[in-house]
Amino acid sequence: MRLVDTGNHIAAHAVRLSHVEVVSAYPITPQTQVIEEISRFISEGEMDCEYIPVESEHSAMAAMIGSASMGVRSFSATSSHGLAYMHELLHWAAGIRLPMVMVNVNRAMGPGWNIWCDHQDTLAARDTGWIQLHCASHQEVLDTVIQAFRISEDPLVTLPVMVCYDAIVISHNYMQVEIPEQETVDKFLPPFRSMWKLDFKHPFTHGSVIYPDDYEEVRYSMFEALESARDVIKKAASEYESAVGGYHGGLIETYQMEDADVALVAMGSIASEGRVAVDELRRKGHKCGLVRVRSYRPFPMQELRDVLSDLRAVMIIDRAISFGMEGPLYSEVKAVLYGKSDAEVYNLVTGLGGRDVTFEMIVENTEAALKGKMEQMSTWPTVRMNEHHMVSRRGLEEFWKEGSAQ
Amino acid sequence: MKKLRDFEEDELFLQGSAACQGCPGSIALRVAFKALGRNTMLAVIASCTSVFQSPYPLSALGLPVINMAFATGGATASGLSAAADRLVKNGTFKEKPTILVWAGDGGTYDIGIQALSGAAERGTDFIYVCYNNEAYSNTGTQRSGATPYAAWTTNTVQGKEEWRKDVPQIMVAHGIPYVATASLAYPTDLYRKFAKAKEIKGTRYIEIQAPCPPGWKFPSSHTIKVARMAVQSGMWMLYEHEKGRTVYTGGTQRIIQAQSKLLPVEEYLQAQGRFKHLFSPEKDELRIAEIQGRINHIFDTLQFTHKMKEHIMDIELAPPR
Repeated sequence: MRLVDTGNHIAAHAVRLSHVEVVSAYPITPQTQVIEEISRFISEGEMDCEYIPVESEHSAMAAMIGSASMGVRSFSATSSHGLAYMHELLHWAAGIRLPMVMVNVNRAMGPGWNIWCDHQDTLAARDTGWIQLHCASHQEVLDTVIQAFRISEDPLVTLPVMVCYDAIVISHNYMQVEIPEQETVDKFLPPFRSMWKLDFKHPFTHGSVIYPDDYEEVRYSMFEALESARDVIKKAASEYESAVGGYHGGLIETYQMEDADVALVAMGSIASEGRVAVDELRRKGHKCGLVRVRSYRPFPMQELRDVLSDLRAVMIIDRAISFGMEGPLYSEVKAVLYGKSDAEVYNLVTGLGGRDVTFEMIVENTEAALKGKMEQMSTWPTVRMNEHHMVSRRGLEEFWKEGSAQ
Repeated sequence: MKKLRDFEEDELFLQGSAACQGCPGSIALRVAFKALGRNTMLAVIASCTSVFQSPYPLSALGLPVINMAFATGGATASGLSAAADRLVKNGTFKEKPTILVWAGDGGTYDIGIQALSGAAERGTDFIYVCYNNEAYSNTGTQRSGATPYAAWTTNTVQGKEEWRKDVPQIMVAHGIPYVATASLAYPTDLYRKFAKAKEIKGTRYIEIQAPCPPGWKFPSSHTIKVARMAVQSGMWMLYEHEKGRTVYTGGTQRIIQAQSKLLPVEEYLQAQGRFKHLFSPEKDELRIAEIQGRINHIFDTLQFTHKMKEHIMDIELAPPR
């Protein structure tokens, strides 16, 4: 079935097709349409599922942990502040090894209040033990949510999966998507079989105090599971392609990389704009390609080395900032290439709080870098001072002056 | 009402827990488990029970247990209950297990009250237990919203300046089907309340006062004695609230019906080191009188209402504040 709809509604269709039995969520812009659509499916009988309208995101994740611990397939959706609010329980869900899937619509963090896109929210949740998959299109949202349940429930993984897509650009824009038939999805996604669950016939105590003698082994097993997840994610993508149709890459997706000596690296919807930038750069005579990081955790270490090591230059576009450091994706790509590559590595920090990222801007800055007019460090190409900013800025400078006078 | 010898013999609180001597939490768990039986799923919220159930890989809890973070009690129950409904629907479970949340007063009065309130408002089908040792005992006795006025804790060294809040009454205000308070010194009353709660659908709230020997500073052989004095002095009240009616039970009922007299609160306070500063170096007559005055006000009102009820009409009041 072809459907023209928002990314959020498309995500809800994926949840319906995945036979989710418990949904626990708290509304936050721009995620609300996901749970509104699910609740419509339930009330109209299109979906047989318990919906828990919790009173906060912290409780959304607590309820998910409760339902998943009974061996029932569970889903939630959140964004930005909601993700930050449930941060403690992200650790809990992964640490207690419960498969579950959550959509995070990437939105900037306040203050000031901003409902538009950047990746600060999910990147701050990087080290919780969750698998993090980033989508660049509506179709990919649908396909990835379904794949995410397979990945999460895989016996080698048994970890929660976060499916991320960009606020407004994907969450609210309407695009055409192919919705697969239920029987087709059922062939790809078997019913949930839990590694452990609460069972009064076999009572076990989960998540109790663990002393230093045993704790590291628990953390190591999570590390191992994320290592195993690399192959599981790739396998899920290729098996989904043959069973259902639609392929968006494994851990990475590449575009025009066969003969490239320069590459753009990005995540999320910027990667779609990046394709246009690649076409334009090629038209201008640069052998440029694009690498989209689809799986942020596990990070595609070998895949990125394979495609980037021999290049002349790499331009990494970050839609987030690690304050006091640099763009987080930039740091990680550099870490992966360390000692393996002589490529020059540049970084654009841009698109924060939903600022438009245009292919023209990417082309202009990439050309500047290639001409040696850019340092190999984080550059903020779209920061500009207008008159409002200057009023604030002058106030700040006066405050500095007063401070140094004292 | 059952006698002690009628309690279930099945022991689900097992040997080898790491609880302190005289720990009220472990006594409460033992009685609760006996009353609820094996078809129970337990979520333990961050509290002393998280620790004394024994560290990995051992457990003194004979039920399926998920340990959960501090502010999650009510929400975890919503998830467990929703999943249990699914499993009944698809035939995995013949009958729905009892969903039991076990939390301390920190996890209930303070950090967990939002999740508890949300679950109660959603009508989540579970029993929430607050074993109230009137302080953050697990972290070494800091004040909580349940710490009584004038009590010493490690961060109220001159005695707490505020009065405790009344969470059982907050739960009554949620309009849930069952709210009960209980005491370790009245085990048949405690057992009966769990057995009754088990048969009710919807959110049930049971709060058990849990005198903590190291936190309250009394000998570990005095847990039951202190618990009894709390009820006899009116510092802790026993009642259950359902269908809009509050019924007082055990020692509290006897005082209201004038079958026994209130124990002067001074005797209760003197039995514990946490009120020592009210008696030495000088007796703090003012604060002791304030505490006694509040108790007298509550019981005068309840005794009056009880007499009125016998003569005029059939009403019961929630405890006045």
